[in-house]
Amino acid sequence: MNNSTNKELQTDRDVPSIMPSVDVIEDASGITLYADLPGVSKDKLNVRVEADSLTIEGELALTLDQGMEARYVEIQVPHFKRSFTLGKELDPEKVAAEFRDGVLKLHVPKTERAKPRRIEVQVA
Amino acid sequence: MYRTLFPGDLFAEFERFQREAQRLAGPSTSLRGLGRTGFPALNVGGTADSIEIYAFAPGLDPAKIDVSIERGVLTLSGERRSDLPPENESTTTHVKERFAGRFSRAISLSDDADPNRVTAKYRDGVLQVSIKRSEAAQRRQITVQ
Repeated sequence: MNNSTNKELQTDRDVPSIMPSVDVIEDASGITLYADLPGVSKDKLNVRVEADSLTIEGELALTLDQGMEARYVEIQVPHFKRSFTLGKELDPEKVAAEFRDGVLKLHVPKTERAKPRRIEVQVA
Repeated sequence: MYRTLFPGDLFAEFERFQREAQRLAGPSTSLRGLGRTGFPALNVGGTADSIEIYAFAPGLDPAKIDVSIERGVLTLSGERRSDLPPENESTTTHVKERFAGRFSRAISLSDDADPNRVTAKYRDGVLQVSIKRSEAAQRRQITVQ
């Protein structure tokens, strides 16, 4: 089993951020990742691939009325960020993304070479 | 590569997560507000004429979210379907952190909340419930004669 989705510890200390919850599923075609990014609109979402790392970042924008005071707060930072390391068998050029109701779905396909192949055993 | 298989690291990671969750939740004074890792996460704010509740509940069908107020307690409940494929040999689930299943969260409202004037809207995975304060309870400026 090749686990290519190791979590990177967040080292970016400049902007405090929330690590979004994710589900990661692997099948023969590639890796599918779901991330929870509630309150992030499409234009405030940033998904990028640099070298072998995939970064998901988003700004939370709520409609706040003027003069609103916080009474009880569980989400304190309006910033989501998380990075993953992509394995060599994945093709970062072909990442497909869907974003709906605060859930991001990413599919990273495997390169043709890395797809599992069944090898016929010949009986001599 | 197999870092997460070492138990030491796994527990350290879990502890870090709990600390983080605790830090994000902050001190709570409400008996019903202690669900630190509960789903959905809640933020509550107030203005002079309304109480605003934000529930961070991505990936839900708005028609299936149940919002009710009974005796001054607001309850949000529903179900979130898992996006994971059914168990089989050809797929492997590496990480499973997202909440799935039935949820219910409740908040005690202040006495001036008017249960007849409530609006709820769902946008980008956030449910915003807005409850007007009853007019009798609003601060009024009294002119001194």
